[in-house]
Amino acid sequence: MSELVRRDPRKEWIARNRLHPQHLEVLAELGGGASPSEWLGPNGLMRRDPHAVGFIGPNGIKRIDRSGAQQAAAQSSSRQAQPEDTRRRVEIEAPAFLVAVVPDMPSGRLSSHDRDLLGLARQLADAEPERPGAVLAVIFGEHKETHFDEAGADRLLHLAGEGFAGYMPEARIAALQSVERELTPRHWLLPDSTLGGAELGRRLAVRLGERPATQVWQIEADAASEHGWRCMARGAAGSSDISRTLPRVALALAECAEPVSETRHAAQPVTLAQGLPEVLGRIEDLGAVAVDPAGVALAEAEFILSAGNGVKDWDAYHHAAQVLGATEGASRVAVDDGFMARDRQVGATGTWVTARVYVAVGISGAIQHLQGIQGCDKVVAINLDGGCDMIKRADLAVIGDAGAILAALVAQVERYREQQRENRDAA
Amino acid sequence: MPHNAPQSATRPNVAVLVSVGHHPLTARARRADQDARAVEMALSLNDIQASLIHAGCHDADSDAALCGYLGMGFEAIELIEQSSGADVAPALAEALRDAAPQLVLSGARAETGEGSGLLPYLLAESLGWPIVTGLAAVESIEHGVATVLQALPRGQRRRLRVRLPAIATVESSAPAARQSAFGPARRGELTCQERPGIDDEALAEWRVQPARKRPKRLKIVKATSARDRFKAAAAKAEGGGGQVLNDATPEQGAEAIFKLLREEGVLR
Ligand SMILES: Cc1cc2nc3c(=O)[nH]c(=O)nc-3n(C[C@H](O)[C@H](O)[C@H](O)COP(=O)(O)OP(=O)(O)OC[C@H]3O[C@@H](n4cnc5c(N)ncnc54)[C@H](O)[C@@H]3O)c2cc1C
Repeated sequence: MSELVRRDPRKEWIARNRLHPQHLEVLAELGGGASPSEWLGPNGLMRRDPHAVGFIGPNGIKRIDRSGAQQAAAQSSSRQAQPEDTRRRVEIEAPAFLVAVVPDMPSGRLSSHDRDLLGLARQLADAEPERPGAVLAVIFGEHKETHFDEAGADRLLHLAGEGFAGYMPEARIAALQSVERELTPRHWLLPDSTLGGAELGRRLAVRLGERPATQVWQIEADAASEHGWRCMARGAAGSSDISRTLPRVALALAECAEPVSETRHAAQPVTLAQGLPEVLGRIEDLGAVAVDPAGVALAEAEFILSAGNGVKDWDAYHHAAQVLGATEGASRVAVDDGFMARDRQVGATGTWVTARVYVAVGISGAIQHLQGIQGCDKVVAINLDGGCDMIKRADLAVIGDAGAILAALVAQVERYREQQRENRDAA
Repeated sequence: MPHNAPQSATRPNVAVLVSVGHHPLTARARRADQDARAVEMALSLNDIQASLIHAGCHDADSDAALCGYLGMGFEAIELIEQSSGADVAPALAEALRDAAPQLVLSGARAETGEGSGLLPYLLAESLGWPIVTGLAAVESIEHGVATVLQALPRGQRRRLRVRLPAIATVESSAPAARQSAFGPARRGELTCQERPGIDDEALAEWRVQPARKRPKRLKIVKATSARDRFKAAAAKAEGGGGQVLNDATPEQGAEAIFKLLREEGVLR
């Protein structure tokens, strides 16, 4: 379809003129075939459709003019100009030094902690405008991130390979040691996050023979210190603040700096001249252990299948949760009606969840419920009503009957499991 | 590991490094929470010989705190005397080299001093032993190999096999420690050992103060128009960007959801 809007001034005029004999027809036509808001019912009563009142204003908001003075033609919101990208492009050709950042990349993407850390690295790199440093992001294994440029990385060292999948701290440290040998960054920054940078950073610091600053939450320039920076770090299980010079290796807490938002950087790929060393690991990863998803605390659960008033067949729902391996959650209505236990309630008066994937089945998305899922990454909604608030929050919304969709999903997952089993047997 | 070979016939040795904790509210010395969990883990193992090692000063306060560990069912703690403010890593490394345990358990970080959590790593590096973190359980110790469960975020677990001797740290994800019983705590004793300490010089240069409350991050709205600013201030369920499947069959809908679940890697 053409994106050009064809205007018909005569029809617009008729649409504005409520007394014109063709007013209702023209309104219906301009409103995209929608029914007029008022009509005479069969018994002579005036019927109203409150949803058909009003028009979509130029900014895509619905406007209702109660005076009835004006009615504008509906405008397609797709014609709205996308906001222009005004971020400044920064390219650093010959950096005076490197600031290496090793982000955690949980689930293959930069976390907000990683972004804060890159913001901190930018502070270090951009301190002297005439001698700028470059921020080097070192990434292990597979990832799904495409916005390293927006996050503030000038250089990107992607160490791909099978060897980094799973828990491979020894291989990672050996790789970081090669980075140290070849590129010798002035600073090493890692997130101080459990089972991510906290461990890797301490291993790295010990290997490099540096005494790291841990739990850093602020840095400030200080000409008297060795690298020109002081840092503020938490000590003694968070009960004291230590002010010290910033060492080469620093492990920083979340919100240690503002993430980069006003510039875009090159994120230019770099490689190591020498291949990665072979490491004979003494730690072997035997893989994840199946934990009972029902036993995982709701606030901690990674994948939640949450049921609301729209769920009719509860046995099928419990079966679906079991097949998907999801932790069960519920809206208040489902709990109050006695279908789910009280400790499964998500929301303001229930649990605030932090799932990576939250599937809301037949939940309308009341504000008390949405508050509880603010911390969720991806929200999937299954609902009959395409206009409810949960759909607005959802990253993926499927409009339809919950029972049928869940059944189809279960069938699909079972097929997938079957295939996996066959592949494993064949291998 | 030849020097461990004769030992594997007898019960393997597990050493637990314990420190003096700091109660977050009363600021009194106590047994450190993570270390106590490490002791609990050692106690939960069958067929091992557990010993406790502490390096630090020998005064009334810290002795009272150490008795908390004795009360969990130990007869003695090996106390390596060090001055306050000393770097205990070299002395501990030496003690461990002499004792040659199969597995060393410790808390992830101390509750006093710098509390950087670096000590287990330093020990591992200087002894040349592997280190694993965030232990949830030790499943078995046999033939110079330990099979352990590592606690991942979100209640997940991962099974690791690590060559012994090794160091393992324990965090709050490990099972909670049992209570300390008063009688055994009174009866237990501290066996002192003198080892030369090294003063931690860097520590003296630092300024240490009680933790300040960190400022809360403000939500900064970079809006170009009044409408955007208003929306940001008054936003309820901020939508947009989401994909909506309107007239899909249940199969198509399920397909789309399945794809998302696979991409996110939550289907195991
Ligand atoms: C003080 C206070 C605190 C509260 N705290 C909480 C809280 O912590 N947590 C909480 O959840 N609620 C809380 N509530 C309640 C909240 O306001 C809502 O009433 C509740 O969340 C609605 O639950 P629901 O979405 O399951 O039900 P409904 O609002 O009835 O929504 C059901 C949805 O299912 C859809 N549906 C129906 N049939 C089907 C079908 N066959 N297939 C697919 N979809 C279907 C409908 O379209 C609808 O969108 C609180 C309320 C108050 C006043």
